[in-house]
Amino acid sequence: MASEAAELVFDGATKQYAGQSAPAVDHLSLTVPAGEICVLVGPSGGGKTTALKLVNRLIELSAGDIRIDGTSIKDQNLVQLRRGIGYVIQQVGLFPHMNVEANIGTVPRLYGRSREWIHTRSQELLELVGLDMSYGRRYPAQLSGGERQRVGLARALAADPPLMLMDEPFGAIDPIVRTRLQDEFLRLQREVRKTVVFVTHDIDEAIKVGDRIAILREGGRLAQYDPPATILEHPADDFVAEFVGADRALKALALHKVGDLELRPAADGPHVPAETTLRDALALLIERRAETLTVTGGDGRVLGSLTRDDLLR
Amino acid sequence: MIPNFGQGSRCEVDNGWFCTEWVRAHWGDTLQPALVQHLELAAIAIAIGFVLASALAFAGFRFRLLDPPIGFLADFLYTIPSLALFQLLVPFTGVTETTVEIALVSYTLLILYRNMLEGLRGVPPDALEAARGSGLTRLQTLVRVELPLALPAVIAGLRIATVSTISIATVAAFVIPKGLGQPIFTALEQDVFKTEILTAGGLVVALALCADGVLVLVQRALTPWTRLERAS
Repeated sequence: MASEAAELVFDGATKQYAGQSAPAVDHLSLTVPAGEICVLVGPSGGGKTTALKLVNRLIELSAGDIRIDGTSIKDQNLVQLRRGIGYVIQQVGLFPHMNVEANIGTVPRLYGRSREWIHTRSQELLELVGLDMSYGRRYPAQLSGGERQRVGLARALAADPPLMLMDEPFGAIDPIVRTRLQDEFLRLQREVRKTVVFVTHDIDEAIKVGDRIAILREGGRLAQYDPPATILEHPADDFVAEFVGADRALKALALHKVGDLELRPAADGPHVPAETTLRDALALLIERRAETLTVTGGDGRVLGSLTRDDLLR
Repeated sequence: MIPNFGQGSRCEVDNGWFCTEWVRAHWGDTLQPALVQHLELAAIAIAIGFVLASALAFAGFRFRLLDPPIGFLADFLYTIPSLALFQLLVPFTGVTETTVEIALVSYTLLILYRNMLEGLRGVPPDALEAARGSGLTRLQTLVRVELPLALPAVIAGLRIATVSTISIATVAAFVIPKGLGQPIFTALEQDVFKTEILTAGGLVVALALCADGVLVLVQRALTPWTRLERAS
């Protein structure tokens, strides 16, 4: 993946629909540094999907500006703009009459790439999103929901865009597959390092996925824009505190892993791998009514132990 | 008693249900020409009807306000009984093939228009949104996404219109001596000569079934994705 990720700037971006008293998006200003995942989260009607669609001009700005690497979206040719942005939606929207490879090749084909080029690229991307290369010849109707969304992701990445817009991409997936997709998406992001704007209504997903979280309240106003830890530990106001949930202390525990802490010498206790989050580790302690946990490394060998107090710091 | 001049077989004289001797004797001078004329009449009507209905369906799709009037017109034309329609047209277009074709085309419009419109409207909205968001132009979306996905409905409509046109073309013989209706009417006037009626009628059915079969094959060739089983 050669292309550089782009910096995205919202500068007073506003969308006002005629006949409505409040704007859908109200003077949104924030900067998404190149290569970061910015999660837009908030209650229904908070304008997060609208804000997302302002970027690729599926919805047009009423006022303000949005700039990609310094260039205003208003100064760019509409179709060229959209071809340079990867777009992933909840229902995926794969073309039923085309096989997986042709779907993935949608944007490259617009750029005039040859069939051989698209085939090679498609194989690369299938591997990247964790699908077997034989999937290229299948049709969307033959795929499960999780598989379809992986193809949707591959399609969005095909032209190697510097920016990705994702609108509740895992919302229609069942919870078990969703967790797996979130993990794989994060793994993918570590490899390709795109700038991503990710919309979700699920605060837990936002905390897990986001480098920075933008909480939008009703009326499309920005309530807080900070990394997950900051939002959990220092919510800007009552709205944010309530939105994040009364269990935000517990949620904060999910941000750190057992392996990050300083370990005591080995002791008796249930085994947990070092990647386990503090929150899951605490849950295990409560379930087993234990006082200590044994931390293991990737190969299963014992690394040390932690007490309950250690987890709670 | 039908006079027997020595040329009619036992079967023909007794007006049996199916006399192979008669069929063999008259294939070249009666049945085959009628079959070819019938095919021509139907094919021209379907082709014109298809082009016309496509234009109308596109208009109705693009400009929603046009749908009710177009639909009403097609509906109205379809409801007029064929014989009545022929009689209405004759003062204007004469006792000609044109009259027949106008009537036949009118009957195809309703089915083709409705099916084409439903086909265009049945394109999944998420696929359209993905197309737009990926940077396809309006034209590219139409050609690469909407039309292919509308195709199954269009072919379904074409099958129905084809079969019904082949059937109605039989009545064309009321106006002009062409098509497989001609031998049927002649036979009805001759003391209901069963063989001729059954053979000509049978040919109409066979023609319709063949045409339908061809279209099924066309659909399978053009729309492979509609016949898939879900793998997972």
